[in-house]
Amino acid sequence: MTSFDTIQSDAGTDRHATRHSLADRLGRLQRRLPPGLALSWLILAIVFLWAVAPALFTSYSAVEGIGGAQLKRPDAAHLLGTDALGRDLYARIVYGAVHSLTGAFVAVGLGLVVGTALGVVAGSVGRRLDDAIMRLVDVLLSIPPLLLSLSIIILLGFGTVNAAIAVGVTSIAGFARLARSEVVRVRRSDYVEAAFGSGGTFWAVLWRHVLPNSLTSVIAFAALQFGSAVLQISTLGFLGYGAPPPTPEWGLLIAEGRNYISTAWWLTTAPGVVVVLVVLAANRVSQSFGKVIS
Amino acid sequence: MTSLTNPRVPVLEVSDLAISYHDGGAYQEVVHGVSFRVEAGQVVALVGESGSGKTTTAQSIIGLLAANGRVDRGAIKLNGTDISRWSDKQLDTIRGASISLVPQDPGSSLNPVKTIGDQVGEILEIHGKLRGKDLERRVVALLDRVGLSEPEFRARQYPHELSGGMRQRVLIAIAITLKPQLIIADEPTSALDVTVQKRILDLIDELRREYGTAVLLVTHDLGIAADRADRVVVLQGGRVQEEGSAIDVLASPRSAYTRQLIADAPSLARSVTRAPATARLPDESAPADDIVVVEQLVQAFRRPGTGQPPLLAVDKVSFRVRRGTTHALVGESGSGKTTTIRAVVGFQRPTSGTIRVDGTDLANLNGEALRQFRRKIQLVYQNPYASLDPRQTVFGIIEEPLLNFGAVKRTERRAKVMSILGRVGLPEATALRRPHALSGGQRQRVAIARALILEPQVVVLDEAVSALDVTVQARILDLLDELQQDLGLTYLFVSHDLAVVRQIADTVSVLRGGRLVDGGPVAQVFEQPGSDYTRELINAIPGRNHPVFA
Repeated sequence: MTSFDTIQSDAGTDRHATRHSLADRLGRLQRRLPPGLALSWLILAIVFLWAVAPALFTSYSAVEGIGGAQLKRPDAAHLLGTDALGRDLYARIVYGAVHSLTGAFVAVGLGLVVGTALGVVAGSVGRRLDDAIMRLVDVLLSIPPLLLSLSIIILLGFGTVNAAIAVGVTSIAGFARLARSEVVRVRRSDYVEAAFGSGGTFWAVLWRHVLPNSLTSVIAFAALQFGSAVLQISTLGFLGYGAPPPTPEWGLLIAEGRNYISTAWWLTTAPGVVVVLVVLAANRVSQSFGKVIS
Repeated sequence: MTSLTNPRVPVLEVSDLAISYHDGGAYQEVVHGVSFRVEAGQVVALVGESGSGKTTTAQSIIGLLAANGRVDRGAIKLNGTDISRWSDKQLDTIRGASISLVPQDPGSSLNPVKTIGDQVGEILEIHGKLRGKDLERRVVALLDRVGLSEPEFRARQYPHELSGGMRQRVLIAIAITLKPQLIIADEPTSALDVTVQKRILDLIDELRREYGTAVLLVTHDLGIAADRADRVVVLQGGRVQEEGSAIDVLASPRSAYTRQLIADAPSLARSVTRAPATARLPDESAPADDIVVVEQLVQAFRRPGTGQPPLLAVDKVSFRVRRGTTHALVGESGSGKTTTIRAVVGFQRPTSGTIRVDGTDLANLNGEALRQFRRKIQLVYQNPYASLDPRQTVFGIIEEPLLNFGAVKRTERRAKVMSILGRVGLPEATALRRPHALSGGQRQRVAIARALILEPQVVVLDEAVSALDVTVQARILDLLDELQQDLGLTYLFVSHDLAVVRQIADTVSVLRGGRLVDGGPVAQVFEQPGSDYTRELINAIPGRNHPVFA
């Protein structure tokens, strides 16, 4: 328990610097944003900046170790300590953000586009095609997600993008179900019937009314999926199905640190805490989307 | 019956009551110093339109204001005791016992997972009056008293097994259980059909006479107030506009707003402003120019899994509508009127029978031909809150039909939309707004504009004014009349409200249980009803028998 506290306060001091420079803007924001939501946005913003410009946050290299500085405890020189090859852990986490984030974006994007398309088609066309699509989705849902992504990776080969695709495929079913239910709801509404009644063709009504009105909750779901995609990609990385070493992918960091858990607990704990924070932040943000919509 | 002259303490005395709601940052006052009193055994009607504060006032009396509401000042005296500052715990002792409430919507006011008997018995248990066998006997007696058949059986049923009228009777049974001195009836019948409404109001009247209970009747319908109340309190924007005995207020209203309400209430309107229906009908000898012809229409719905024969929602209905006239389809819920018009506008294929609109037989229409047919006939929906896409601007909504039939230039489209917007009486600025920024009446105007932009020959209005306040309703009816005269439109007007039908229609068909029971020119149907059912419907129009308007 104490170890956890130390790590969090360490991570906290680092974030504190950034927060200070934003103090004015945050002051104004905080009046409109609940503190939890503001913190969530802040976490996502920082992780995004890590991905875009990692060099601004650390001067160490993510892949080259420093001789004689192996397995150092967290201190002023190495905020989160170093790993068995003398690489700065904080630098590795910062440089790893881009892998986890692009992975999550590709995965959510794939699920969003393919899943929503399937759901919208299923919800708006005749019964037979609807049945066919939805039974396919049921089959997808019935396979455990991890097993499904592992099978896909084995078919496609290892790598960051392939891992992302594998994760994306598992979220197709969820998007398809949600999109279909929304489309069915919107399709029953008077304004859709009125649009047909004023001479709208099938595709025109779909584009003008059904799609915009059913997408709101799908977008909120995408934000929620973002968090779980980060988690799933890390899981695949941990199992060795993601990016190959020495890529500083978060899941891989956790896996590599596992060997030293008794002597250098921070190697596993720090990236783990980062993953947890990102997932929680994404959930909180998606929740706020849902509230705004309803 | 009118106010008692002796200085006895009134059952309820509300004085200078002000209520505000918390909205975002600050409290906003919505009821500004309302005062009135209810004497023992009296019926006082609180009349007003939506937003007038009538429901808020009624809720505050029994301490059921929404969580963001509060009583700012004033007193609510029950038998001389001010209860306006009482806590919930204190109020519990009088709720049900001294004051009870008959809520507005019988559909959602009963607990769906408890039996009727349990729910009626609950109030006796809470107030610790009876238990066990005595309680059961009392519940059955109460259900019998409010006119439910087979009360022992009803007590074991669940709310979904009862019709709307029966549920409202159950709610009344709960309200009268402890013989309270005051019953607050908040729009007790606005969700019910007219004939059911009449029976429920008769029941409340009867119980009042029997128990000597005072009734505070909250209603938007001046006709009901005229029929049932001793005194009328007219509210507008949270202020009392007028108060007095029902006869005085209706016969010689003092405030301009009351006069307006009386003029706009279809059930009370004595003189019909538009040309008499028969005068506008062409000569019987003239060649018939029937634009809508429905013959032997049958619409059956299969009942899968029950093994029963198909449900005949519409059973051999025939009627004709002359070009340029208004035909009304009248009936209560479940009479098949909506099913009929859905077939007429081509949303549903009839099981059998023929429908011809302007010479086109709908049976042979498919795909593109059906789409082209829609230029001739347009539907305006009942609920303007559901029939407009919340994400489109008013301009987008009205423009859309033009886009569907292509080949209209952008500038021309804009000119057309703007001109039709003016036609339905909306300012140009509304074009850029979205539906949620408009009032109910404005939305219905947008819906009418959308229907008219394709220059159809027939406009079908499905209960198009029933969701609106009376004054708004009157304006929309005026607009429809004006448009008909200028554009030569034919209306097919669906309504459950005979008073409105008498105002607007030339010919009428009365439907019941999917069958046509009566039909013909409006004057004829109203003066010499061809069926008992029609007579019952006409008698149920509230306000009709009031001495002032008889």
